[in-house]
Amino acid sequence: MAKKPDNKRRDFLQLSTVTLGAVGTAAFIWPFLKSMSPAEDTLAAGSTEVDISAIEEGQSITIKWRGKPVFIKKRTKDEIDAAKMVQASDLRDPQDDADRVQKEEWLVLVGVCTHLGCVPLGQKVSDMKGEYDGWYCPCHGSHYDTSGRIRKGPAPKNLDVPPYTFLNDTTIKIG
Amino acid sequence: MDQNRKVHQFKNPVLNWIEFRLPIISYFKKEYGDYPMPKNCNYFWSFGALATITLITMIVSGIFLAMNYTPHTDMAFDSVERIMRDVNYGWLMRYIHSNGAAFFFIIVYIHIVRAMYFGSYKYPRELNWILGVFIFLLMMATSFLGYTLPWGQMSYWGATVITNLFSAIPIIGDGLKTWLLGDYNVGNATLNRFFALHYVLPFVIFGVVGLHVAAVHVHGSNNPDGIDIKTKNDSVNFFPYMLIKDTVAMCAFGVAISAVIFFGPNLMAEVDNYIPADPLVTPAHIVPNWYLAPFYAILRAVPDKLGGVLLMFGAIVILFVLPWLDRSKVRSCNYRPIYKWFMMGFFVNFFALGYVGMLPAEGLYLLIARIGLLYYFGFFFIITPFVGWIEKPSKLPLSISDVYAKNIAPNIGGGEKGMPSPAMQKDTNL
Repeated sequence: MAKKPDNKRRDFLQLSTVTLGAVGTAAFIWPFLKSMSPAEDTLAAGSTEVDISAIEEGQSITIKWRGKPVFIKKRTKDEIDAAKMVQASDLRDPQDDADRVQKEEWLVLVGVCTHLGCVPLGQKVSDMKGEYDGWYCPCHGSHYDTSGRIRKGPAPKNLDVPPYTFLNDTTIKIG
Repeated sequence: MDQNRKVHQFKNPVLNWIEFRLPIISYFKKEYGDYPMPKNCNYFWSFGALATITLITMIVSGIFLAMNYTPHTDMAFDSVERIMRDVNYGWLMRYIHSNGAAFFFIIVYIHIVRAMYFGSYKYPRELNWILGVFIFLLMMATSFLGYTLPWGQMSYWGATVITNLFSAIPIIGDGLKTWLLGDYNVGNATLNRFFALHYVLPFVIFGVVGLHVAAVHVHGSNNPDGIDIKTKNDSVNFFPYMLIKDTVAMCAFGVAISAVIFFGPNLMAEVDNYIPADPLVTPAHIVPNWYLAPFYAILRAVPDKLGGVLLMFGAIVILFVLPWLDRSKVRSCNYRPIYKWFMMGFFVNFFALGYVGMLPAEGLYLLIARIGLLYYFGFFFIITPFVGWIEKPSKLPLSISDVYAKNIAPNIGGGEKGMPSPAMQKDTNL
């Protein structure tokens, strides 16, 4: 009783207990938070293989990848030339057409407007394609060109190009 | 209203701002800081805190499981398998939840044993005991509903057997059963409502636990000697003494439950529940979860359908009136030389009932169940009132501090464990 409390020892014990408790709590919380990120079966559905042999020149198809629409377009000679002619420095989101395609005639885009997430028109022949003959977003009027780049309207960025590889001449793997 | 009321002053102005509008800080300080605990409380008194922590763990793990579970007869089983295989740490969530349920009952049973042995249910804590029995009932209902959700064979047939208990009620029984199921059989409507109720009941339990804790704080905790705090010398503050003690208990509990979750997660599970529910085939042995087995044994021990159901529910309802069946003024069984042994016998008997409840109801097992049933009700209706009347209790210590005085005879017993050293006792009352 008469002994003076050893404060250094107490401080050490207190600090190490609190630290251990905090680390333990964090280690306990982590699996719970992690369980909310995509599960294995969701990740397994993260890549899609597409057969492109039936697509004609000038035609475009829409497929679903990770729950989002992906546009695959076989561009005509005119469309490719129109896309190449633009000076990248004149654009809102400067990018050369060559940086957006692997093979000139195949354009692959995530079909989600970079403004607020609507799906732009332009996939069907009858659709409005906007002033630059690419895609036109009906929600707030963004115009995209034949390379999927933003040219007019509120969208800040070009349409995204998803990661993809040509498995052979007629198959693309997206994701 | 009352501008003159005394407001607690803190150094921190933000705390003062809150305290003036909502005196929650002084409330916590009073109830969890300076709250006096009898200084002779042993580790049995940590199980209330452990139960609260387990309840919170169950609610949290349950919410995260519900994010991935589908309550539909065609998809429930597969969604549980998806949780086990595909969801990140889904296996951990599920094993925490399923083993957590079993450990919740272990803890609550020990908590009840403590309350019975040391007479915590007696004046002035009767209402607290009633709230506790109510929590126990809600827990049993919740665990039963939850056991149905994985939609395995045991889930399905367990739900079928338990809901059929209601058909034993004369006249309205069959109609009541159909109303409860929402179908003529356990089906999709049943699974949907069981999921909804299984989700909401734990929050109801949480609310009743709040009342249970508030009620015990009015008169303070009981203790192994069952005598009241008389002077400041008899108690220690909850913070830090009992908090640290509860933390040690929690660490030990964490080790125990982790050992099961990581090394034997299916020890307390029935293999048949990994077979999808099939309404056309009943498994050879339908067994309840072990923590409900004593009551299941009582149900099967009675050769009459309605009688079995009534006695099974009666076995729980009888707990409500225990404070009035026990006439003895002495709380702790440590000072009740006769009743002590009947009380121990009651615990052994309850364990034996649970054991035979897991085995087929035939031959010797059935006989044991029937003897156990007689002792169970005999204990409450005959032994408890009668012993209280004839027994001469041993001499109670004058105060809690007196228990630690050297001149007290060593055969007093109680409070050996977790006794603070004399040096610490003095320290606490500075």
